[in-house]
Amino acid sequence: MAAQGRHGGKKSNKMTALVVDDNTVNRMIHHRLLDNLGIENVAVVNGKEAVDIHCSGKTFDLILMDMDMPVMNGIEATRQLREMGIRSMIAGVSTRSMEREIREFIEAGLDDYQEKPLTMSKLISIIHKING
Amino acid sequence: MRRQLQTMRKSLFDQGYLDEQFVQLEELQDDANPNFVEEVVTLYYRDSGRIILNIEQALERKPFDFNKLDAYMHQFKGSSSSIGAKKVKAESTLFREYCRSRNGEGCMRTFQQLKKEYATLRRKLEAYFQLARQAGPVETACRPK
Repeated sequence: MAAQGRHGGKKSNKMTALVVDDNTVNRMIHHRLLDNLGIENVAVVNGKEAVDIHCSGKTFDLILMDMDMPVMNGIEATRQLREMGIRSMIAGVSTRSMEREIREFIEAGLDDYQEKPLTMSKLISIIHKING
Repeated sequence: MRRQLQTMRKSLFDQGYLDEQFVQLEELQDDANPNFVEEVVTLYYRDSGRIILNIEQALERKPFDFNKLDAYMHQFKGSSSSIGAKKVKAESTLFREYCRSRNGEGCMRTFQQLKKEYATLRRKLEAYFQLARQAGPVETACRPK
């Protein structure tokens, strides 16, 4: 029997997420948000680590991708993941508000975009898109 | 003591130090993670302290590298926004505007104000968390908005 997360999400071995963010505070908050929904999650600190973890064979139902990161930013990481054939839901999360910047991020291959800070309701709206 | 805590909390919002995002963090706190908010805030002050130092050092170098200053403040603003630090976030926004308009004096003036707000919030939150620890855990259903 799948365990219940605090907000009623079923802790299932099927729902997994990858948090990609160079900011420690955001990683902590996003981890907690996902935890509360019963979603198993891991975090990496830049786009290159996100690509590398997929190269190691891991896949995730959901990727929360920050835009501005050192080494490899979210736009480039998203592009590379899509070129690798990764079809996971990739939701961009960023504090950027300029339309041009957001459009570039979306065109790299995002399924969704949410402005930071990420809240439970924003995360739930992302999850609903995975579940159709 | 609980009433005192509620009053203190309310004043943090009424006086504009905190915004709705802080409430979001409180809603992530539960019996399994009873100190989540304090942990996040502690992490914020630890991490953002480094950024403050970077900005201070960058402001000592002339001419100003406004792109670098803006990049630092983008990071700082992001963290501040994530914990609901409303006044700090507002000063961060202003600083970034001065960076974009290449206004060095504006940057320096705003940065001083930002550091004041940052320190004031830290002091207030430390007092709040100390009182919260003394008051003991609260039932989630009773937590006022």
